[in-house]
Amino acid sequence: MIRVELLRRDNPSRALRLLSPLIGLSLALITGAIMFSLMGKNPAAALYVYFIEPLTEAWSVHELLIKAAPLILMGAGLSICYLSNNWNIGAEGQFIMGALAGSIFPVLFTDFQNPMVLPLMFIFAVAGGALWAGIPALLKARFNTNEILVSLMLVYVAERILDYLVRGPWRNPGGMNFPESVRFHSYARVPEIMPWDGRANLGIVIAILVAIALWFMLSRTLKGFEVKVIGASPRAGRFAGFSSKGMIFFSFLVAGGCAGLAGIIEVAGASAQLRPIISPGYGFTAIIVAFLGRLNPLGAIAAGLILALTYLGGEAAQISLQISDKASRVFQGTLLLYILACDTLIHYRIRFSRKPAAKGIEQAAASSEQQPPAAERAV
Amino acid sequence: MKRRHISAIVRLTHNNAEMFQIPERASSCLDIRQPEKSFKKTSELANPACTADGETTYSFLSNWSKNRRTMQTANPDDLLTLRGLTKSFGSFKANDGVDLSIRPGEIHALLGENGAGKSTFVKMLYGALQPDAGEIFWRGKKVEIPNPAYARELGIGMVFQHFSLFEALTVAENIAVALPPKTSFKKLSTDLETVSREYGLPLKAGSHVYDLSVGQRQRIEIVRCLLQQPDLIIMDEPTSVLTPQEVEELFAVLRKLSSEGKAILYISHKLEEVRVLCERATILRHGKVVGACIPKDETASSIARMMVGSDIHQIRHEPNAAHHGEPLLSVRNLSLPARDTFGTPLREVSLDLYPGQIAGIAGIAGNGQTELFDVISGETLAPSAEDVMLFGQPVGKLGISKRRAIGAVFISEERLGQATVATMPLSENVFLTRHSVNPDLKAGPLLRRGTAKALLDKITTELDVRKSAADPAAQALSGGNLQKFIVGREVLEDPKVIIVNQPTWGVDAGSAARIRQTLIDLAANGAAILVISQDLDELFEIADTMAAIAEGNLSKFESVAKTNRNAIGLKMSGIFAAEGTHP
Amino acid sequence: MELTLAILLTIITAATPLLLAATGELVVERSGVLNLGVEGMMIMGAVGGFVMAYLTGNPLLGIAFAVLLGMAMALLFGFLVLTFATNQYATGLALTILGLGLAALIGEGFVGRAGIRPPNLYIPGISDIPFIGPLLFGRDVLFYISITLVAGVMWFLFRTRQGLTLRAIGDNHHSAHALGIKVIRYRYLAVLFGGACAGLAGAHLSLVYTPQWSENMTAGRGWIALALVVFASWRPLRVLAGAYLFGAVSIGQLHAQAIGIAIPSQALSALPYVATIIVLVIISQNRRLTMINTPASLGKSFVPDR
Repeated sequence: MIRVELLRRDNPSRALRLLSPLIGLSLALITGAIMFSLMGKNPAAALYVYFIEPLTEAWSVHELLIKAAPLILMGAGLSICYLSNNWNIGAEGQFIMGALAGSIFPVLFTDFQNPMVLPLMFIFAVAGGALWAGIPALLKARFNTNEILVSLMLVYVAERILDYLVRGPWRNPGGMNFPESVRFHSYARVPEIMPWDGRANLGIVIAILVAIALWFMLSRTLKGFEVKVIGASPRAGRFAGFSSKGMIFFSFLVAGGCAGLAGIIEVAGASAQLRPIISPGYGFTAIIVAFLGRLNPLGAIAAGLILALTYLGGEAAQISLQISDKASRVFQGTLLLYILACDTLIHYRIRFSRKPAAKGIEQAAASSEQQPPAAERAV
Repeated sequence: MKRRHISAIVRLTHNNAEMFQIPERASSCLDIRQPEKSFKKTSELANPACTADGETTYSFLSNWSKNRRTMQTANPDDLLTLRGLTKSFGSFKANDGVDLSIRPGEIHALLGENGAGKSTFVKMLYGALQPDAGEIFWRGKKVEIPNPAYARELGIGMVFQHFSLFEALTVAENIAVALPPKTSFKKLSTDLETVSREYGLPLKAGSHVYDLSVGQRQRIEIVRCLLQQPDLIIMDEPTSVLTPQEVEELFAVLRKLSSEGKAILYISHKLEEVRVLCERATILRHGKVVGACIPKDETASSIARMMVGSDIHQIRHEPNAAHHGEPLLSVRNLSLPARDTFGTPLREVSLDLYPGQIAGIAGIAGNGQTELFDVISGETLAPSAEDVMLFGQPVGKLGISKRRAIGAVFISEERLGQATVATMPLSENVFLTRHSVNPDLKAGPLLRRGTAKALLDKITTELDVRKSAADPAAQALSGGNLQKFIVGREVLEDPKVIIVNQPTWGVDAGSAARIRQTLIDLAANGAAILVISQDLDELFEIADTMAAIAEGNLSKFESVAKTNRNAIGLKMSGIFAAEGTHP
Repeated sequence: MELTLAILLTIITAATPLLLAATGELVVERSGVLNLGVEGMMIMGAVGGFVMAYLTGNPLLGIAFAVLLGMAMALLFGFLVLTFATNQYATGLALTILGLGLAALIGEGFVGRAGIRPPNLYIPGISDIPFIGPLLFGRDVLFYISITLVAGVMWFLFRTRQGLTLRAIGDNHHSAHALGIKVIRYRYLAVLFGGACAGLAGAHLSLVYTPQWSENMTAGRGWIALALVVFASWRPLRVLAGAYLFGAVSIGQLHAQAIGIAIPSQALSALPYVATIIVLVIISQNRRLTMINTPASLGKSFVPDR
């Protein structure tokens, strides 16, 4: 029986810190190829359609950027949450609430048409997303309520609020009873960057700027240091004079604001109206983006582009190869699992040993003294 | 090669002659000249990184024992014989050819300072770790101990230093977990109460561990061990959680056990205890056996020299109980409810800290020390601002950063996970406590990493921090070096109020001496220092005045000259209500 | 009487999958492992159970296959979290994401097909007793399994030595390890048990509750099961009570929708989720209770030094 043993590294490996997402990605691609051949498709062709073809044409690169924008925004925001050990998994709900809050102007005040509309929509969207994220933050800070479950439950609630609004009060009166809002007027649209070339809009620029700003905050400022300290060890954070409760709010509000902004960019960009479903699971995919980017907002930019590609490639593969678009969700899931496994390599050396099973897998020293608490291991 | 060995022998004789039975050593000298192989082994053993003469001595010794081993088998009268036990973690040799034998009914001390490899050794003996090399003989038969259950089956019991208890379970459940599954639970509950009474270690089967004191918890460990009817009991630093009086009681139990024929392997770094209790001692340093002795025939300092390998730096300290000027820190009648189920409330605690003086607070862990430290540091806020006065200012409602800015520094108990973030490099750990104090560390909201690195260099030189890389993660440092870094970080700017919790817990003797001397020198320069410690020896060494804390009550401070271990010990067990500290 | 019976029957039906999944997760968490992938394991059970029953015509085979798939997912989780010491939160999320995607892919060709419901138990005489008969003695096999599981888990945790060991591991894995207890092995078994239970819960959804397959048919029930464990403060009987309480809430809102109460249907269908939040808040207020009952090593990785 071959056993896997983990040996702690004194200093986390720098090389693997950079390599681990790449290793994870390669393993996921190999798994994807196996999955495609099991489905009776030529794996090489399938991988080409998935990951290369969308990059060969201008219009589809534009589509890629449209899909990448919300993923980057939310992935960068969630990185702050996860780094500080706050488990916000409800970005999907915050995305919806941001979209709703931002849509108040084009939907309810259709006559209010001037250049002020879009900035106002952005502000409202950020506030809407942040407020929705503020609920689990408040409950965690005030009552110590589990933020994972609360933030997730609020996704279901947000979905129902959206559903109610587009089927009820916000439905387009002239829309043949379809469950959708009025189309946004031109002042309420996110401008396209190169309208002659494709649909990509300013959203991607905003997303990248926000990610850079968050990266700067994390790596250069005291606030960023605070995020990392509290995440690695809450007690060290307290000893440093940082407030854990303050950090709960900070991280949730930042991530919620980012998600809200992503929401309005999505509806005021490509789709230009509200429908019962406005996100193909961006809020959950953003969790993968955050981890693939190694919880670094700059990494989230690259990771967001890669995961946007899986959406786009999924659509393309469905059309040209009749591969179900569900396959890309499987790919996303395996990708995250591989990344997590590879992250272990940063902090541990792996040793494979072939000892008789009788000696037991885990008969070794109790490690109480020198082992730092589990919370201190970077996620 | 030969010359090196001879010089080693000479040094050995010169330094530690009294520790060894001369004839044996003499014969071994002859032995090692014989086979060419043994020379080679020696050179492998000699750690190239440490070429100090002292090190050569150890290599020689382990080689010496190896040669002896090939010529003998285990003594059939011995209960346990260990030959050449070796264990490495990566490149680090935690145990290197350790030999030891224990006779039935003997109390045998395994001495060594923190980091000498005692814990690793014990874990191999208890089956919790597997040796890379070496042999174990139990009652003359060669055995392998693949797991603790097998060790217990053989008759080896263990009392852990950091208890292996389960807080959420009852006493009986805690014991049942470690016994063979067939034992009836009901019988066990009655048995444990009988045994615990018999040995004067009263316990109730149904109590939950989280309700029990540290001393009671140790009783569970001991009773659990006794119920397994062992022939050998391993005790890992059992007295570190006991008052001097409790230590006496424990020794009585151990002597009773010994008289019943049970052997005890007593692991400690406290020399006086070993001299009082143990018949033989084996001394471990850097993972190697560096000597054996009859403790009664030695002085504490002669054993200490063996443990440490050189003369320990003598602390220079003139106790000074007279105070001058106003107190720099005062706590006034401070009461604080327990933070949570497992916490201790503070009850009307008062203290004053004067410039130029070290005040010590003794106490067994879990009696409110952490709570007191936290409320003085500002990690927890006091009920009212006047409860804590710093430089005459009420600071009870200020957070820890503000109190640091006013001029106090705090050295906390947990090195990893409180005083430092384990995975962060040291330079980033400099920011941890200094970000709000040292203006050079920040430019607006931005961090100045260059300044932090420069500070790290300064700390490294001033306190002689030994590290493997320029800026390693905190977890990569040994306990002693990390503690020197932590102390250095706090005292760099010559603070006037210093609060320390367990300054040298788990730290090697050299680092401990350095840290203690640093504190003494700071006090001499006018700092007011509060040292909270479990280690009475340490407090008597450095404190000017002393008090004890028990269940959240703090006794009055007394001049060190006017008190003694027994008096403090009584106070540690809570017997000081009559003195009138609390009206 | 008829209406009461109908309502009670639907409550039992709604509560059973929650009870199954939560009982499994309770054992997992008692061992100190937090598996946030219940939703993913559950939906794999749902699709596996449905497809196997559909293809073979045998619902019992469907249930068995659901258990198998649930355990396979759990094994994957265990391998990462226990052998590779990955972060338990993130790994659980990944398992859910993977499960939802994989189930959607597997079930794609089966959407809208009619499922095969396992027969209800029928004991002549006893099942005919009015009210009590159909309520308690005429149910599907998974109902009986769920009740047996609760009793079995209670017995195991509090009456057996292995159960004691499992609780000890959940309380302090370092201590357990020092005593020579095989921490990782116990945890693997607990995680696998949790997977089997989640698989059963999924099978109940796609074979009993609504005998058909639709994407995302678990609709957050895996997460509610996780909340139930917290709500029950890790006690099996309280899980039972909680599951039936939640069953009642979700059935209550369905009946309210059917009657046509003048509240938007979306508000009613959001009720179970809002109720979960409220319950979590109420429970978390009692810190002493939470502190004493929460397995102390919950969610923490364990890597023995060598």
